[in-house]
Amino acid sequence: MNRYAVAAIYKFEMARMKRTIFQSILSPVISTSLYFIVFGSAIGSRITEIDGVSYGAFIVPGLIMLSLLTQSIANASFGIYFPKFTGTIYELLSAPVSYFEVLLGYVGAAATKSILLSFLILATAGLFVPLEIAHPWWMLLFLFMTAISFCLFGFIIGIWADNFEKLQIIPLLVITPLVFLGGTFYSVNMLPPFWQTVTMFNPVFYLISGFRWSFNEIADVSVMISLAVISGFLALCLLTVWWIFKTGYHIKQ
Amino acid sequence: MSEILQPIIQVTKLNKIYKGGFQALDNISLTIEQAEILALLGPNGAGKTTLISTICGIIDPSSGTITVDGKDIISGYRHTREMIGLVPQELTTDAFETVWDTVSFSRGLFGKKPDPGYIEKVLKDLSLWEKKDNKMMELSGGMKRRVLIAKALSHEPRILFLDEPTAGVDVELRQDMWQLVKQLRENGVTIILTTHYIEEAEAIADRIGVIKNGQLILVEEKSTLMAKLGKKQLLLELKQALTELPPELETFELCLKEDGRHLVYTYDATREHTGIASLMQHLSQAGIQFKDLKTDQSSLEDIFVSLVKESI
Ligand SMILES: Nc1ncnc2c1ncn2[C@@H]1O[C@H](COP(=O)(O)OP(=O)(O)O)[C@@H](O)[C@H]1O
Ligand SMILES: [Mg+2]
Repeated sequence: MNRYAVAAIYKFEMARMKRTIFQSILSPVISTSLYFIVFGSAIGSRITEIDGVSYGAFIVPGLIMLSLLTQSIANASFGIYFPKFTGTIYELLSAPVSYFEVLLGYVGAAATKSILLSFLILATAGLFVPLEIAHPWWMLLFLFMTAISFCLFGFIIGIWADNFEKLQIIPLLVITPLVFLGGTFYSVNMLPPFWQTVTMFNPVFYLISGFRWSFNEIADVSVMISLAVISGFLALCLLTVWWIFKTGYHIKQ
Repeated sequence: MSEILQPIIQVTKLNKIYKGGFQALDNISLTIEQAEILALLGPNGAGKTTLISTICGIIDPSSGTITVDGKDIISGYRHTREMIGLVPQELTTDAFETVWDTVSFSRGLFGKKPDPGYIEKVLKDLSLWEKKDNKMMELSGGMKRRVLIAKALSHEPRILFLDEPTAGVDVELRQDMWQLVKQLRENGVTIILTTHYIEEAEAIADRIGVIKNGQLILVEEKSTLMAKLGKKQLLLELKQALTELPPELETFELCLKEDGRHLVYTYDATREHTGIASLMQHLSQAGIQFKDLKTDQSSLEDIFVSLVKESI
C-alpha cells in the first residue's frame, strides 16, 4: 500500500476545497437558508405539519440529501476530470499507485467534503428549526453510505466525461430532478396515486425516506428497503469502477 | 549493489497501435545501460513520446515487453515506476498550486516519505527557491519547465526521462539543464531524452538512437554516429585525366581514382564551411576543369537531412 500517495492525493483534493472555500461552503449554507426562508417559512406556514412534524423539520433530511448528492457528484467528478483536462494525469498514470489507492484518495477526499458539508447544513438548519435525531447511528450510516456511493458515481462520471458539458449534464438532468421528485419537500402520500407509483421508481426517494426516518421516524417505505437500495447502488458503483479500472476505459490510450 | 550491471531498461519487440489503428511503434527493441545518457532523435511524430510514455506506464503497449531494473513494467509496476522520473513534453501544470506543494505532492505520489530538506535542495538546484510559494500560473514557461523537472526529481529517481526538454527553452535554462543532467549522471542516474535537434543529442548524449516512423533505425555511440552522419562525398568527373594530385590541392581531403578521371572529395556536411567553394576556387586556379559532379549520401544522411529540416 502506497500510503504516501493516498495521503498526497487526499491532501491535494482537500486543498482544492480550501481554495474554493466560498463555493464549497458558503454556497450550500446560503442555499439551505434560502430553502428554509422560502419553503420553511413562506410555504410551511400554510402546510404546518406533515405526519406530526413541523414542515420545517420535515424538509431537513431532504435538503441535506439534496446537497449531499449534488456536491458528492460535483466534487468527485471534478477531482478526477480536471487532471484529464489539464494533462496533469500523466503523473498519476506514471506513479507507483494502484487504482484502489487512486480511488481511496479521490473518493475519500470527496466523501469527506460532502460529509462535512452535510453537518454544516444540519447546523444551518438548526438555526431555523429545532433538530431532533431519533436514530443517530442510522443517520450516520445513511450519510456515509450515500456520500461514498455518490462520490463513486461522481468519479465514474469524471472518468467518462471528455468535456465540461458531459461533466455537468448528469447532475443537472438526472440527479436534481430525482431529488426534487423524491420527496424532499413533500410526503409521497400527498401525491395523486399515479405519481405515487411513479415515485416508487425513483431510487433517491428511498434514500430520502430512510434518511428522514433516522431523524423523526417518518418513512414512506420500510427503512430496510431504503438500506437495500443504497447498498445496491453502492455495489453497482463499485462494480462499474472495478470494470473501468480493469479495462482502462477512458483512462489509458 | 552488485557490480554486474544488468541493463537498467530492456525493451523487447515493442509495438504500439493506437485505437484508431495507427501504428506508432513498430517492433522496437532497445537496451539502455545504467548511468548512460541516451538521446532519442527523430522528427516530430516519429514515436518518441509514445515510446517513453509506454516505458513510464502512461500508455499500454499493444505487444512486446519492457523491463526496468529487471522487473516487468506491468507486473512489477510499483518497483519500476518508483525508479522513474518523467518530465513531459507539454507544460502541464496545476495552475492554482504552489511550487512547493506541487513538488511535495509528486514525492508523496511516488511513495516517498516527506522530506522538506530534499525538496528544498531540488528547488535550490533548479533556481526555484525564491518561487516556492508562487502559484504555477504566476510562472513563466521556462520556470514551469523547471518545476516539472523538480517534480520528476522529487522522489530521487534512478532513471530520468526528459521529453523534448529544450523545446522553447531559453539559453540559460538549456545550459542549467545540461549541467544538471551531467551531474545526475555522475550520481548514477540514467537519462533518456528525446529531441529533434541533432545538435542537442550531440551536445550531451553518450549514445544516440534514431527513431523514424515508429522504428528504431539505429542506436550507436555518439562518436561513431557523428562520424558516419557528417560525412558526404562529392564526385567530380574531370575533362582531362590527371596522373597525380596537384600539390596546391593537398590541403583538401581528396582522392584521385585510378582512371585519373574522377576526384572524390570527402567533407563534413554538418559543418557550416564544407570547403566546397574553396575547393572549386583552387581547382580553377590549378586549371582543372570538370564535366560533371554529383554528391553521395547514405540513408543516414537522408535521416539527417530530414532532421535538419524539422528543426528549422
Ligand atoms: N492518442 C493517440 N491516438 C492516435 N495517434 C496518436 C496518439 N498519440 C500520438 N499519436 C500518433 O503517433 C505518432 C507518434 O507520436 P509521438 O509519439 O507523439 O511522436 P514524437 O514524440 O516523436 O513527436 C504520431 O503520428 C501521432 O500523431
Ligand atoms: Mg513528442
